[in-house]
Amino acid sequence: MATKSNKAVKISQKHLLGIQDLSINDVNLILNESQSFIKLNQSKNKRLNVLNGKTQINLFFEPSTRTQSSFELAGKRLGADVMSMNMGNSAIKKGETLIDTAMTLNAMHPDIIVIRHQDSGACNLLSQKVNCAVLNAGDGRREHPTQALLDALTIINRKKKIQGLKIAICGDILHSRVARSNIYLLTMLGAEVNIVAPTNLMPKEIEKFGVNTFTDMKKGLKDCDIVMMLRLQNERMTSSFLSSNREYYEYYGLTPDKLDHAKSDAIIMHPGPMNRGIEIDTRLADDINKSVIKEQVELGVAVRMACLKIFCE
Amino acid sequence: MKKQYFINANIIDPYNSLNENGGLIISEDGKIEAIGKKVNSNNLPTREKPIDLKGKYIFPGLVDMRVFVGEPGYEYKENFRTLSNAALSGGVTSVVTMPNTDPIIDNVSIVDFLKRRGRDKSKINIFPCASLTHNIEGTNMTEFGLLAKKGIIAFTDGVKTIQNTSLMSRIMNSAKDLDCLIMQHAEDYHLSKNGMINSGIIATKLGLSGIPDIAERIIIERDLALLNRYHISQLSAGKSVEVIKERKNDIRFTCGVSINNLSLNENDIGDFKTFLKLSPPLRKEEDREALVQGLKDKTIDVIVSDHKPEDEESKRLTFSQAATGASGIETLLSLSLELYHNGSVKLETIIQALTSNPAKILRIDKGNLSIGNDADFCIVDLDKPWIVKKENLISKSKNTSIEDKKLQGKVTNTFVKGKELFKI
Repeated sequence: MATKSNKAVKISQKHLLGIQDLSINDVNLILNESQSFIKLNQSKNKRLNVLNGKTQINLFFEPSTRTQSSFELAGKRLGADVMSMNMGNSAIKKGETLIDTAMTLNAMHPDIIVIRHQDSGACNLLSQKVNCAVLNAGDGRREHPTQALLDALTIINRKKKIQGLKIAICGDILHSRVARSNIYLLTMLGAEVNIVAPTNLMPKEIEKFGVNTFTDMKKGLKDCDIVMMLRLQNERMTSSFLSSNREYYEYYGLTPDKLDHAKSDAIIMHPGPMNRGIEIDTRLADDINKSVIKEQVELGVAVRMACLKIFCE
Repeated sequence: MKKQYFINANIIDPYNSLNENGGLIISEDGKIEAIGKKVNSNNLPTREKPIDLKGKYIFPGLVDMRVFVGEPGYEYKENFRTLSNAALSGGVTSVVTMPNTDPIIDNVSIVDFLKRRGRDKSKINIFPCASLTHNIEGTNMTEFGLLAKKGIIAFTDGVKTIQNTSLMSRIMNSAKDLDCLIMQHAEDYHLSKNGMINSGIIATKLGLSGIPDIAERIIIERDLALLNRYHISQLSAGKSVEVIKERKNDIRFTCGVSINNLSLNENDIGDFKTFLKLSPPLRKEEDREALVQGLKDKTIDVIVSDHKPEDEESKRLTFSQAATGASGIETLLSLSLELYHNGSVKLETIIQALTSNPAKILRIDKGNLSIGNDADFCIVDLDKPWIVKKENLISKSKNTSIEDKKLQGKVTNTFVKGKELFKI
């Protein structure tokens, strides 16, 4: 089981830009550290001072509720000075480039910068221009590493392992950074991953990442332990990828009859925010026996605390 | 100008099927007076001191069919003076300039301006293109006849593609009536929408929108159905090479390839290198190999630099915000020679694709060493190793796609009309 190694290994990367860059040791290190924060977050005193005197800047160029608040809370619980910048009102609007913003912030000597940006690779560019660690909170459609890590942690807590599990990731894979990060992480940890999407929302050559692809959801869900639904990202769609939401729901929305093809104890995950009635039946989303969606949010804080601590050191 | 004598050179002039060791005599008025093996120390008057090239190569001055110059409008990226200096250092003596300036080269009066500037500031031969449509908007045709009379040698929207089939058909008809050359950048915009790199595993991995190879092929197939004097500016995909090879059996048209697509593939983009954001995009290694094969079997007629100078500010951005294109006129020949040194393509075929073939397509008397013609040529040390360094580039913009690449073969001297305008 991934979480029981107690070896004092160091993280191999300076930045957390994507799961692609991490080794299995890195992943285990982060997941182990996260476990210890789950308890802390459930206790009365949620404060630790491991990041006392450290400065964390959250740089969000895209709107975000859960990821931004999760990172903010994580930093605060560890005692860091957290500054969240809403880039909608910033100098970017006045024509400043990302590199110049990076230089400006760098001059304030932060210890860690958390960035979300609509362009793939924006965090890579930022990391080349600043001295501190950079944590990727989502870049374009490329990666969202902390989401994948919190998903893995949720799976481990429910299923006690990842190795050998059959996991279906369903929906708008093309536009999804969550899907990409999860594919890298879950295959690395030994899961068998099924990708379920209509061809128009399936990225080119995705099978080269070692996953099985399905356009028929029932076949894709067959005997799965985990069903991970993704949000239909209408805001990233530049033209008509689908005929209608109701047709999409008919073929790719998670409904009880489709879920019947998965294992009887299968759990349902969703990175949020959900489009109820489009990619997921609202009763399934709220079914406390099957849905772990709220748990994902809860463990998200723990994972982000672990990442902040590890990459700040 | 004094008469000049060169001896003991390896001369390659594909236009005249010349490939031999010999010499070259340039007359007082800068024309080629004699060339070949008959020009040697035994046949020269003793009072003359010939220059012994000791086995270096003489090629006709290169004709680069696809070059972007910043004049007018983007002088800070490249002007005629900096372009000619960069070109000369790479052995290029004639260039075809793209109309994508500000304003666009789409009317007769701007052509006058361009020709004046070209004449006053440029040291090399400038052959300007005009756009196919007003302001490259893809809606109304420009005046092909009047523009051609002013000295425009070909028509293209440069970085853009005519999408409207009915318009393209009319363009072909009109160009046929007036005997004009049409050059198309082949890209179907519906298929390539928002695309930045080849559609495939790299695009999936980097999370960037892809440009599928069929976006190129569909335009090529459409245009071949409407055929006239037609040239496809640049191929990027193996699938397109297949189509062209097949169609060339029945109909006459020509096509080119950028040296970038012959030398690099999508993996070179690595960690979001914006200098490799190109149009057409770099594709898979199989595509690159198919292009090299296409050059070898002469399915592909021309190699171009696709020299597109961009200033630092346009490239120091995220990949999706960064400008498209790379500076390349200085390294065109040396990088092409890589294909000779690694045994992929014969030297003569490469030189042909850089000199006589483009000249034939454009119907200009350049790219050859025929007796009586302007002595436009370069002297090349075929084996000289060198490394591409940004700071050593002469072009005003330093956005090379091959920074730090080790190359073999360097132009040591370049002559235009018999005048030595570049020397290492």
